[in-house]
Amino acid sequence: MSNLLALPILIPLCTAVILIFLKEKILLQRFISTVSAILNIMIALVLIYRVHSEGIQTLQMGGWVPPYGIVFVGDMFAALLVLTASVVSLGILLYSFRNIGAERERFYYYTFFHFLLVGVYGSFLTGDMFNLFVFFEVMLISSYALISLGGTKLQLRETSKYLLINIVSSTLFVAAVAYLYAAVGTLNMAHLSQRVAEAGQGGVLNVIAVLFLIVFALKAGLFLFFWLPGSYSAPPSAIRALFGALLTKVGLYAIIRTFTLIFVNDPGLTHTWIAWLAAATMILGGLGAVAYNDIPRIFNYNVIISVGFVAFGLAAATPDALNGAVFYLLHDMLAKGLMFILGGIIITAAGTDQLKDMGGLIKRYPLIGWMFFILALALVGIPPLSGFAGKVLITRGGLDAGMLTLSLIGLGSSFLVLYSLIKVFKLAFWGNEPEGDLPKIRLKSVNAVAAGLLVLVILMGIGADWVYSYVAQAGDVLAHPALYIEAVIKE
Amino acid sequence: MELIMAVAVGILFTIGVYLILSKGLLRIVLGTSLLTHGVHLLLLTMAGLKTGAAPVLGGKTETYVDPLPQALILTSIVISFGVTAFFFVLAYRSYQTLGTDEIDSVKGEEQ
Repeated sequence: MSNLLALPILIPLCTAVILIFLKEKILLQRFISTVSAILNIMIALVLIYRVHSEGIQTLQMGGWVPPYGIVFVGDMFAALLVLTASVVSLGILLYSFRNIGAERERFYYYTFFHFLLVGVYGSFLTGDMFNLFVFFEVMLISSYALISLGGTKLQLRETSKYLLINIVSSTLFVAAVAYLYAAVGTLNMAHLSQRVAEAGQGGVLNVIAVLFLIVFALKAGLFLFFWLPGSYSAPPSAIRALFGALLTKVGLYAIIRTFTLIFVNDPGLTHTWIAWLAAATMILGGLGAVAYNDIPRIFNYNVIISVGFVAFGLAAATPDALNGAVFYLLHDMLAKGLMFILGGIIITAAGTDQLKDMGGLIKRYPLIGWMFFILALALVGIPPLSGFAGKVLITRGGLDAGMLTLSLIGLGSSFLVLYSLIKVFKLAFWGNEPEGDLPKIRLKSVNAVAAGLLVLVILMGIGADWVYSYVAQAGDVLAHPALYIEAVIKE
Repeated sequence: MELIMAVAVGILFTIGVYLILSKGLLRIVLGTSLLTHGVHLLLLTMAGLKTGAAPVLGGKTETYVDPLPQALILTSIVISFGVTAFFFVLAYRSYQTLGTDEIDSVKGEEQ
């Protein structure tokens, strides 16, 4: 029992509720948001320390012992994701002071921001299938509000699509939960894992597993990502950063959790499916990233590629590959958050999001240019930076599992990432500046935020050994579901 | 009883999907609403339609109804209520701003 697990959910929840009453006091709203975000990082650090020293933490809501009540489970994987999400969200929060505009701030931007975080942290920490659905919905409803905030034509159109896709996938989620309950009679994840193993996964349980895969794949943008590039392009870049860094990762977390804990007994079927989906995602995402010439779309397709890559790590399912998937997921949250922030700065500085209308930014903003360059190298996975360790581990795991083709596709997708980002770098920063008036922007505070995140990306690469000791603990639980079950159902 | 429920779920799903595939935004909202209700019935049916007493009150009966699916459905109804309300507001706002409730007729990338 550890009440600490409730805090990452309670803090943003209380903050969001308080902010509702402070509609007109924007400065106060910013202050409270920042304090709450910093508090959350501290809580996450304490949580990681506790998990590291004492093992998996659980919290039984209302004292109902599993499998009857709702449990919250903080294993290392969840705790690391909570920490990374809170760091990235602090960065995005600070960036949105400059980017989001007073109108959106007045219309409850920060409130929705914190409600979104409630859903994200809740999804990471819950140990109950239906509770996962509830936190997904908390997150999604806030994201509907954020994506439509402002109400431009483009946003309204894209929100309708995004809303419809997510309602349908949530409906399927409840249907999958219903079938699962009918088949094994429990919803507690640890208990589910035991029951599915007892029943011997096959026949109807495989169908349910694939139904869950479809649901989570829709949310994560794994192969079923047709809605993602358009929807994520609609809102302003701070919100885009929030979505790109957090939302798809929650879907991925759900896939990894479900298929390393519950449906692990027939990897020949489920994991082969995941492998095919991952391959298709990496190829199609790579083609998309190369094909487009506007910054939001290139970045969104980059998000899709990395989703495919992490899913590949899960499909290989060797200890190395699982460690790599965790590592890469952490790296990707940080790096994608930073990528969208830098992209937002580039768009503001150039006054357009079309690459062909840009050029010559390096003269006016050399710091931004070189930060973007380093970030591009990190995303590709050049050694001292953070993407490298995850890529190596996943690829090694893939080769161990005999997935030569997929490993090659994974490495090939890195080249497409490199090509697409260097294209942005080249067209936006080099060449001649376009004629006409260029917007003047103040960059000091935004630079500090971006530099802070970049330092973390670099540190995570240089200190990969140190990070790995934590990641290995997370990967250990993924590779041995018994540890998780034991921690949850010990009485 | 399970058979009737299964047929009802099927009908709700059919109408829901049919409405979602239509063009008008209002029909789509109604379609999603029917679809979620179909799922709620499915959840109820999947847990088994046992006849028995209320589970918590009294506590002396031999057979009682499984309370969990009802709790789940209640939660799910609340969520779908919120989402449907949001969708209605969005549809109305789209109609005001775009001048049509057919979302497909709004093309182009204009801001």
